[in-house]
Amino acid sequence: MKLELRKVKVKDIVLGDQMKFADGVLTVDVNGLIAALKDDVNVKEIKIDLAKPGDKTRIIPVKDVIEPRVKVEGKGNGFPGVTTPIEQLGSGAVNVLDGAAVVTIGDIVGFQEGVVDMWGEGAKWTPFSKTMNIVVDIIPANGLDPHTHETTVRLAGLKAAELIGYAAKDAVADEVEVFEMGSIFEETEKYPDLPKVVYVEMLISQGLLHDGYIYGVNSQQILPTMIHPNEEIDGAVISGNCVAACDKITTYQHQNNSAILDLYNRHGKDINFLGVILTPELTTLAGKFRTCDYTAKLCKSLGADGVIVSEEGYGNPDSDLLMICKRLESEGIKTVLITDECSGWDGMSQPLADTTPEAVAVVSAGNVSHVVELPPADKVIGNAKAIATLAGGWEGCLSEDGSMKCELNAVIGATSEIGYHNLTVKLY
Amino acid sequence: MSYKILYYVNQFFGQVGGEEQAGIAPFYKEEKIGPAMGFEQLLKGEAQVVGTIVCGDNYFNENTEESLKFIYDTIAAVKPDMVVAGPAFNAGRYGMACAGVANAVIDKLGIPVVTGMYHENPGVDQCKAKAIIAEVTDSAAGMRTALPVMAKIALKLLKKEELGTPKEEGYIAQGKRLTVFADKRGSERAVEMLIARFKGEEFETELPMPVFDKVAPAAAIKDLSKAKIALVTSGGIVPIGNPDRIQSASAQKWGKYNVSDISELTGGYYTIHGGYDPVYANEVPDRVAPLDMLKKFEKEGLIGEVYEYFYTTTGTGTSVGNAIQFGKEIGKELKEAGVDGVILTST
Repeated sequence: MKLELRKVKVKDIVLGDQMKFADGVLTVDVNGLIAALKDDVNVKEIKIDLAKPGDKTRIIPVKDVIEPRVKVEGKGNGFPGVTTPIEQLGSGAVNVLDGAAVVTIGDIVGFQEGVVDMWGEGAKWTPFSKTMNIVVDIIPANGLDPHTHETTVRLAGLKAAELIGYAAKDAVADEVEVFEMGSIFEETEKYPDLPKVVYVEMLISQGLLHDGYIYGVNSQQILPTMIHPNEEIDGAVISGNCVAACDKITTYQHQNNSAILDLYNRHGKDINFLGVILTPELTTLAGKFRTCDYTAKLCKSLGADGVIVSEEGYGNPDSDLLMICKRLESEGIKTVLITDECSGWDGMSQPLADTTPEAVAVVSAGNVSHVVELPPADKVIGNAKAIATLAGGWEGCLSEDGSMKCELNAVIGATSEIGYHNLTVKLY
Repeated sequence: MSYKILYYVNQFFGQVGGEEQAGIAPFYKEEKIGPAMGFEQLLKGEAQVVGTIVCGDNYFNENTEESLKFIYDTIAAVKPDMVVAGPAFNAGRYGMACAGVANAVIDKLGIPVVTGMYHENPGVDQCKAKAIIAEVTDSAAGMRTALPVMAKIALKLLKKEELGTPKEEGYIAQGKRLTVFADKRGSERAVEMLIARFKGEEFETELPMPVFDKVAPAAAIKDLSKAKIALVTSGGIVPIGNPDRIQSASAQKWGKYNVSDISELTGGYYTIHGGYDPVYANEVPDRVAPLDMLKKFEKEGLIGEVYEYFYTTTGTGTSVGNAIQFGKEIGKELKEAGVDGVILTST
């Protein structure tokens, strides 16, 4: 499989009356976009706004972040199985509006939505302060039940990214990244002496605002499944806006999965990267045993010498993470875990909800309960008051002057467990 | 301005005598006694030791209150910016005394304390969370290496400079897990850690596995039909409107609500828990906290009575430290109310 990401660098974004990209400037056709998204009868109103790095702007409550792209060679534009007809992804060429992102906000669906600050203190804590953000505010039709409400905002965001992506259709790439990998046998023949590595990406699969989707299939309904890394980079996996803002894997982070990219980077040099296993994090004990056994079995069947496992969320999935680790290490497969911690405001509590002696190599992406103080914004896109009900906020955490105190829990992508961000924890 | 340090040593390092003098009561001298002398030289004039308290180890451990009162009085007179105690090396009673001094001075007066101990000294666990304990050797032969470490830490704390990691500074970890920025993103660190493992190179986990407490179960209830049963949940079920503003994740508090007049939670309650799909819990909150069944059992005589209060908090992301505190507080109330058993539900 060979996939080219043809990146066109977005230096600025403006609102206008047609979708276009020229001289590094992305113009968003506001009325066209609004009209297209309002095609969905469950969408009552759409508002579009912009937030650029350095602007004293706060975006809240953020549900998902999506990278606008367009497929220019090969099949499968948009998000096949979700917003477009099903196609096999992973091959061809994609024009990427690199540096731009669609950020969805709107009436709160659940507690798992978050904040993005574009400047100063807050900007340090989220990777999405560095992107040029097109903020899509989705006001749903009256009386939607929560699950339909979630589906509506999820689809609106994906559709917006797809429509904006068309602006790059004829753009000339500033940089081309090629992702090419043959079958496991071919690669192993090429690199017979390199250790074989599998990436296990856990997806939370636990209901409203807690599901991931693979080609449109809810991850709740799958056995652990292997996919080619190119498929995920090409848009096969999307966020169901899962779990706390700090460690939900947004769609943008699936499209640019840092664990996949960093493994690809070492492929053929230090390791032989075999592929990705998507593993659902289920709520039942039987489900956990089934998926953890199955995941370890797949790794073993593939002949993995080493595995990187990334978690999504915290609490009960900590058990899945460590159960997978225990099984892999018992089979002699070297395992590195990426997780985050709930060590409390003071950092004095034990970090995980489970423990196993086999977990000897763990990367920590930060303490979700680490409290940050964010100064008042000049402009709030969305509703600043939402912070009181989000995971990581509390009643009274927003001051009258607009400054607020919250846990990293509420900051989008802060403690990304696919290792997308650069936080860690040190013992003092 | 030169900072003022009050020094604390035991009878041995206070040059009073050995074991036979371990029972002496504390006294204070405006002098640098024992390690205080070498310690002050290392401060390079940026701080001075204004005096030394000498106290017998046995005396301190057997008459802690009197000893501490003497220390408080001395501090009130001397007004030091910091108290330095030890190093106690692996001397257990001396370590316990240094820890006792440290905890009291920090808790009551808010004055920072630096001490030094061997990592196995029983005093370490007593005060490491509050004081900074330089990690020193197990015997006084290590005095020469211990004092520079303690002096460097003391100066940093006095000047309000940020202390580095335990490894960098040479102190025993306090157990605080602080979020900091790394040079590389997490995924790159993970790949590098895996490659290091393949190559047999040294690597360091960023998250050593936690050690869990084990709680012995209480004895079984002999006669359920006479038992008072309470309902407690971490499922975030609260009265509609969430009157106590319990957090949807990382709870900082718990709530209790009188349920003596209702036969189920449905209708008046919902969930504010941010860790699961709330739709079905909101339809029937008894699915998470089964008050309906308990009331039914009470009516049928299967259980004696349902305790009048229902206790609740949010489990998701809640630190174990907070959970222990909630457990103790709720447990105490239930015990005092004569509750025999608890149905404790999680999600």
